[in-house]
Amino acid sequence: MAHLAFLMNIIEVQNLKKSYADGETETIALADVSFTVRKGEFLAIMGPSGSGKSTLLHVLGLLDEPSSGSYLFDGKNTYSYTGDELARLRNEKIGFVFQSFNLLARTSVLENVKLPLAYSSIPESEWDERAAKAIESVGLAHRMDHQPDELSGGERQRVAIARALVTNPDVIFADEPTGNLDSKSGKNVMSIIQELNEKQGRTIILITHETSTAEHSERIIRLIDGVIESDEKVVNRLKATDEYIK
Amino acid sequence: MTYKHLIKTAITGLETNRSRSILTIIGIVIGITAIMLVMSLGAGAQNLILSQVQGLGTNTIAVVPGLVSTSPSSFAANLYSDSLKPADLTALESKANVPGLADIMPVVLGSEPATYQSNDYQVTLFGATDLIASIFDLTPTAGQFFTADDVTSQSKVAVIGSKVASNLFGNDNPINQQINVNGVSFQVVAVLPSSGGGSLFDFDDMTIMPYTTAQTYLLGIKYFNRLIIEAAPGANVEVVADDITTTLAESHNITDPTKYDFTVQTQQDLANRLGIITTALTWFLVAMASIALFVGGIGIMNIMLVAVTERTREIGLRKALGATDRDILAQFLIEAVFLTGIGGLIGIVLGSSLAYLISLGLSYGLGLNWQFVFPWFGAVLGFGVSALIGLVFGSYPAHQASKKSPIEALRYE
Repeated sequence: MAHLAFLMNIIEVQNLKKSYADGETETIALADVSFTVRKGEFLAIMGPSGSGKSTLLHVLGLLDEPSSGSYLFDGKNTYSYTGDELARLRNEKIGFVFQSFNLLARTSVLENVKLPLAYSSIPESEWDERAAKAIESVGLAHRMDHQPDELSGGERQRVAIARALVTNPDVIFADEPTGNLDSKSGKNVMSIIQELNEKQGRTIILITHETSTAEHSERIIRLIDGVIESDEKVVNRLKATDEYIK
Repeated sequence: MTYKHLIKTAITGLETNRSRSILTIIGIVIGITAIMLVMSLGAGAQNLILSQVQGLGTNTIAVVPGLVSTSPSSFAANLYSDSLKPADLTALESKANVPGLADIMPVVLGSEPATYQSNDYQVTLFGATDLIASIFDLTPTAGQFFTADDVTSQSKVAVIGSKVASNLFGNDNPINQQINVNGVSFQVVAVLPSSGGGSLFDFDDMTIMPYTTAQTYLLGIKYFNRLIIEAAPGANVEVVADDITTTLAESHNITDPTKYDFTVQTQQDLANRLGIITTALTWFLVAMASIALFVGGIGIMNIMLVAVTERTREIGLRKALGATDRDILAQFLIEAVFLTGIGGLIGIVLGSSLAYLISLGLSYGLGLNWQFVFPWFGAVLGFGVSALIGLVFGSYPAHQASKKSPIEALRYE
């Protein structure tokens, strides 16, 4: 059945709506959103600020609950999960990469990457090896014992990617991962993300407002005012490794 | 998350915010230090008092006028009642009534002005028999105690305490000098050494003379303020005390024990009574010190709440990476308990060290026979209470932390 895995949808959302009651007025962040994401797909979600893309990422990443509509993650409706079950899913199946890295200060690269393992059921004897492997895969083996404030922005984001990878998740959510980086570091980070998708077959959901970043993906969903404006394949896909070498 | 990692995470959290952690525990340190100090010194004082009471000899029984209740409040209420009469003395001395009685010493008390030449001093009058020297273990620095004959013949002789001697005589030798007490002349036959100021029975201010002399020449009374009885060696003190009670009840014609106009006290009674007083005092001070501990707990809660707000992003991140509400709750709760537990340990060490230093000061500085007591109960209590304070005052901030929504937390700047 393994050859059919790529045909399965890891994410299915139907008529998803998210609104916030802000005092008297109701703010609608997502009006009516429906789409699916295949396992192993690299999807970019684009939109100007206030378009609802961050809200969508939070709902997809199981950090927030939709107001209405259904969300099937890995074939199961997320509506029925308890808080603890959601925490376990975030831990085992999902990796997050944030715009502002969110590394623990005064904590070594190795310890930062091991952080998700502490909340997992993975035996402690495997932690160091897993963390070291994840750090190696982002090319920071020589920085293992450094602290975040001794690293450049690009290196910090690579540590965050290693942390997202360490529990071997199915999906990686990257929220403006290059937003705080210069273009060279940004391309380096994008090349790693692209590699995770192509070589390791991980599903990537990338949030960005830059077309140049989004064009590294296979497919772009554009959101405006909480509604999907377009959902199309990327014709001329950018290859981050090529740009990086230049 | 396993306990091992919860503890590790908590320690890392505390180390990361070291100066704040230290400031947080000061309140707890002060509270526990105060409790340890009070309990140690309280126990030391109790030991000192009890050792002095027991030093009187466990065979000693006292009869005081009036019915002294078991509570310490009316201890001296009936000191000057007149219910102990010479007839009682005769009745008690009868072997048929109290077979276990070895000796009996009537005591009369008073306060009189004494003069020698141009010096005057208000002395405490203590009328007794020659037995007083052995009962209170008194050895004069100069002269000889009065004898049983002096008691019988109502000799006008006096044994004076060290302060009386220095106030009336300065550097002169008081022996065989005549002092004037309330207009009557007495010959000084002996001077007592200074008791050092810390003794339960302080004879420094006293003038001791035969009780017969004091009754006749100074007080003008026929009754006694106390009867001090020595039980015979080997006699059961409780039995002797019961015999005394029966004899006096008969002599006073009283059948209802609640109407007794006298009280028989053994050394054990006195020890118990004094024990109750010092224990009550100690707990009162512990209660005072507990206020410091409570304030310390409020401080912990305050700073933990600030820490939770400060670390909102960290909480959000941990939740995004798979931490459950319970993981976050446990992390902050363990941090709080660790803080207060460490504060408690420091307080225990600091408090007992201070108590030890004070004990040294009391025994060498004041010459008291003061023993340092490590209050094990206080240590266990203090540590338990401080950990409990962490649990109680840490639970609200920890709950706040655990309920933070991960997206709110991640958005927080």
